[in-house]
Amino acid sequence: MSTITTEELSATTLLRFATAGSVDDGKSTLVGRLLHDSKSVLTDQLEAVQRVSADRGQDAPDLALLTDGLRAEREQGITIDVAYRYFATPRRRFILADTPGHVQYTRNMVTGASTAELTVILVDARNGVVEQTRRHAAIAALLRVPHVVLAVNKMDLVEYKESVFAAIAEEFTAYASELGVPEITAIPISALAGDNVVDPSANMDWYGGPTFLEHLESVPVAHDLSHCHARLPVQYVIRPQSAELPDYRGYAGQIAAGTFRVGEAVTVLPSGRATRISAIDLLGKPVRAAWTTQSVTLLLEDDIDISRGDLIVPSKDAPATTQDIEATVCHVADQPLTVGHRVLLKHGTRTVKAIVKDIPSRLTLDDLSLHPHPGQLVANDIGRVKIRTAEPLPVDSYADSRRTGSFILIDPADGTTLTAGMVGESFAAPEPVKDGTDDDGWDF
Amino acid sequence: MTATVAKAEDGTDTPYALSHLDALESEAVHIFREVAGEFERPVILFSGGKDSIVMLHLALKAFAPAPVPFSLLHVDTGHNFPEVLEYRDRVVAAHGLRLHVASVQDYIDRGVLRERPDGTRNPLQTVPLTEKIQSERFDAVFGGGRRDEEKARAKERVFSLRDEFSQWDPRRQRPELWNLYNGRHAAGEHVRVFPLSNWTELDVWQYIDREGIDLPQIYFAHEREVFARGGMWLTAGEWGGPKTGETVEKRLVRYRTVGDMSCTGAVDSDAVTLEQVITEIAASRLTERGATRADDKLSEAAMEDRKREGYF
Repeated sequence: MSTITTEELSATTLLRFATAGSVDDGKSTLVGRLLHDSKSVLTDQLEAVQRVSADRGQDAPDLALLTDGLRAEREQGITIDVAYRYFATPRRRFILADTPGHVQYTRNMVTGASTAELTVILVDARNGVVEQTRRHAAIAALLRVPHVVLAVNKMDLVEYKESVFAAIAEEFTAYASELGVPEITAIPISALAGDNVVDPSANMDWYGGPTFLEHLESVPVAHDLSHCHARLPVQYVIRPQSAELPDYRGYAGQIAAGTFRVGEAVTVLPSGRATRISAIDLLGKPVRAAWTTQSVTLLLEDDIDISRGDLIVPSKDAPATTQDIEATVCHVADQPLTVGHRVLLKHGTRTVKAIVKDIPSRLTLDDLSLHPHPGQLVANDIGRVKIRTAEPLPVDSYADSRRTGSFILIDPADGTTLTAGMVGESFAAPEPVKDGTDDDGWDF
Repeated sequence: MTATVAKAEDGTDTPYALSHLDALESEAVHIFREVAGEFERPVILFSGGKDSIVMLHLALKAFAPAPVPFSLLHVDTGHNFPEVLEYRDRVVAAHGLRLHVASVQDYIDRGVLRERPDGTRNPLQTVPLTEKIQSERFDAVFGGGRRDEEKARAKERVFSLRDEFSQWDPRRQRPELWNLYNGRHAAGEHVRVFPLSNWTELDVWQYIDREGIDLPQIYFAHEREVFARGGMWLTAGEWGGPKTGETVEKRLVRYRTVGDMSCTGAVDSDAVTLEQVITEIAASRLTERGATRADDKLSEAAMEDRKREGYF
């Protein structure tokens, strides 16, 4: 960090990424190595780890202690929840959603992946692609994470052999491509020894690609928005009602997708009223155009009735509104989701009453087959659901827009977040529904 | 475009990429507006420290040209830096805001709270804070907490539900998916909201620099009478320092964080401008809390334990 100048710091972009890995794949070691070798662990943090490690009679500092923050985690030596970590290089700032790899915490991987631009899937070079690797790839595909990195770890334990790495990379790439993962990068590493994590490895001169950190630094975070459907969920109506600004009405929100321009014809959903954008205010500065993830305030030519929960879209590119939503969901609560369940559905800035009409299938991540009519979804289950909403909603397909194609279900009784939902088809090539009689359930 | 456009790897402008500060600012503004849209009585915890100053600045931008639709709450330990109180009152007046004060000294005077032997008042803030939240029926309480501060905080949600005793249960947190924050709560419960969750100390300083935000002078190097305790420079004052055997000396110091005088240490520094402060922090090998907060060192899980009780 000491080598970064102030000037360099202000020009950087932000990459959000998530990690996934089985219990013994060395995920904590990789994260610890990344933080340590990028000099993001400061002296007092390292001293605390050294002190606790020594108190426990361990020879070397246990880098996993840097990431396991809760009492229960330290007691059990496992990670039980998503934690967020921050580090920086001269080229980029990083937010890492560090998610537990254990099968029972699938919902945490979904949580971490929901905001990630990149997912790291870790495998042990000795074991290659295992069931858990396939699950993680399926979740990354389901959540439409734009970039996937396969980190083949523990290369030191297979004599740094190119053939071992190549076979694993090939098997994984074939599998993940079939799921529709758009971009896959495989990198051979040893998190323990530090090979190809931050510094290039002298032990693997056959590998010509970037180190793990170099790849994180160079993955593109901006997208070509020219083909994106522009969407602005209205969060809040700004009305100063002051002597200087008696008639000001601004519609504030964070652009969920695409670009808006002054003068553009827009439609407000669900009412369907049309007008034009007269001005765009980007946090105090007037701009001609604004784009996705910017928080803005739109001013419109006509004084029409708009409130929180409405969606502003280009008139030429308005989604249909519907009260019947079909989606792939991941159930994240301990209480099950059942057919007939009355819930609240939050989509964008709108929360409406809804009812679960049907649960046509549950996905078996092991072989990506669909188990028909499971009756309910329990914690960590992924399945298809049909939902009827009390009011029409302008939903997009999740494949088109991660923001306006996603929703959460909430238990109206106690406010629990029940389910993460993604509208539309789940995978690029969905498997046919198989006969469920021989399926005795799954372990996750 | 007035938005900062980040440079791509090849040096060309990347269309539609936001700089990291623009991305963090936009996310924080989104959080403020969600709370304004979904809650009845939100309040911003305001100490006059840099994080709460940045929060207020973001809230002002989020609702401009209308006023901030929230009031402020200061949990006053009674051991304040005079410059910070002066700053607090000046800001409140300048923006026409309403300030609530929950006073630790009142609780001590009434015999409800007892002074600790070490004179530290930070842990004593929990009771006045939670009682004020209950009596004023605040349903959303903005805190300046950042996940980079401490490893228990690394697990904190942006929207963190607290029960009627203001308790945090890390094992029963709601998963937070996309940017769909769930603010549902029962009567008597409230939600702690952390718009700066994804910011680091350096981000906060760079943002202050970029936006030209005014800060209390104690954040910049100045001569001050201090004495050494527990590896930190503490300011002498009515709260009980220095003790016998602790010698006061005049040093050039500044503060990285503002809190209770009894447990907030100064660092040796000659940084008098924001740029010098940023350079110094970028080069520091100590975290903000490690360098200047005594109370977090009390035990391995000090922060987690206090958060469970209702501390922010």
